[in-house]
Amino acid sequence: MSDIAPQIGSPPLASMLLAAVKRLGSSVLPFVVVILLWQFASLFFPRFLFPSLIDVFWRCIEIFSNGTMFADVLATILRILAGLAGAFIIGGALALLMVRSRAVDKFLSPILTLFQGIPALSWVVFAIIWFHGVEFRILFIMVMTTLPAFTFQVLGALRGMSRDLMEMVFSFRPTRTKLFRVMIAPAILPDILTAWKVNLGNASRVVVVAELVGATGGVGYQLLQQQQLFDMAGALAWTLQLVFFVLIVQGALTLIENAAFRYRAVSERGI
Amino acid sequence: MRDTVTTPIEAAIHLDNVSKVFGKAGTDAYRAVDGLNLDVRSGQMLALLGKTGCGKSTIFNMIAGLTEPTSGTVRVSGRDPFTDFDSFRGKMAIVFQNDRLLPWRTAIQNVELGLEMLEAPAAERRATAQLWLTKLGLGGHEDDYPHALSGGMRQRVSIARAFATNANILLCDEPFSALDESTAGRLRAEFVRLVKENGKTAVFITHSISEALEIGDRIVVLKRPAMIAYDVSFDGDTGKEERELIRSRIGDVLAA
Repeated sequence: MSDIAPQIGSPPLASMLLAAVKRLGSSVLPFVVVILLWQFASLFFPRFLFPSLIDVFWRCIEIFSNGTMFADVLATILRILAGLAGAFIIGGALALLMVRSRAVDKFLSPILTLFQGIPALSWVVFAIIWFHGVEFRILFIMVMTTLPAFTFQVLGALRGMSRDLMEMVFSFRPTRTKLFRVMIAPAILPDILTAWKVNLGNASRVVVVAELVGATGGVGYQLLQQQQLFDMAGALAWTLQLVFFVLIVQGALTLIENAAFRYRAVSERGI
Repeated sequence: MRDTVTTPIEAAIHLDNVSKVFGKAGTDAYRAVDGLNLDVRSGQMLALLGKTGCGKSTIFNMIAGLTEPTSGTVRVSGRDPFTDFDSFRGKMAIVFQNDRLLPWRTAIQNVELGLEMLEAPAAERRATAQLWLTKLGLGGHEDDYPHALSGGMRQRVSIARAFATNANILLCDEPFSALDESTAGRLRAEFVRLVKENGKTAVFITHSISEALEIGDRIVVLKRPAMIAYDVSFDGDTGKEERELIRSRIGDVLAA
């Protein structure tokens, strides 16, 4: 007979902690490697090429603590969110029209595909030529560069809805509002969240280009200043502001996904 | 065993010379239903029996108002279910071949779906849904999502969903065909009991002769393209021998 009692029920605290540390370690490890490589390079290269990350850290703190500087970060964030919201609302409406009418679909699809082929920088030039107000120019650029992707993603989600489930809901004769609330919105939500995640990354890159030309504030404008001063630490610190923003919003979207899609079955065997 | 005679006035469901053609006129046109006349009286349980592809589901969808007939008239409680679609809110419920539960809703939320369309107060919705889940032996599974339920349990949720609205007309499209025979048998018996107890008019599509005999008090056998090949009514007094005769006759019609 063994002296060791069998362990039944929940795993011991130590193994749970070890598992948590492993999970944290695996997600942090890539960042640690990049940081170490950069810091190692900073020992051998001039400051203007590879500044110490300690300098970059203090520049980040300066941006966070200085009201004027932080206002530039907030301005950029608001421009990204306004552009994405505008593109999502217009794209969602266009997708609904396209899914309801073949004629609208046939008319709009080629135009949106054409828009997809226009580089962000071209939209910047068009905006400068067509419009006066800086903020409107940036909003226009943000909307035009993310609109086709949002439209096609929402359209795909609407077309991908289960016909069986739609017929089942229809059999209860829902009003349009109820149909949207009980069926369409939950069915397309996963694709919409994915669309936001993808377009968030695109928008954070485009906003900088838009701000580089013509804006008098924002992360793009500040990056232009750092370039003129040849200040690599500053350029990195301002870039990191956008990276932090994207990471925070992606994290928030993941939290929403985890809460909204808890109904999904999870297979014990991965792909 | 008797002939079925139902006047349109007393018919809950009335199909008059109904045809349905899919595709454009010409070579690729497919005639699924051809000049069908059918009346189902109020309180009747009609089993529509036929081989795969004979047009049963097309008839079903036309009665449900999900498909428009190419020609002819479909009336349910005197109204056109396709053009007067919204007027059937709460008056017609459907049990589909597969459970068609919304995966993002729990069992009880799925049962509440039809009541939500009827703007029933939340407390009333919850109480009714709970009652039907309990009646169908799903007490304790109210908050389970569909993926956590077995096939039989999911189909029971879908039956509860259909009964919860207290609709007078029930349409069922082979609801037990995807289940194992033992579960299907149990659910079938429960279903017949609930329909009888609640005085519903039911149209039950099936391709199984045994199921049709068990469920219906009238069987209509369809031949492609959805024409009535045999129509027979019976009741609880119909003896075993008579039922065997009906089974044999249906078998002959289907084989012909």
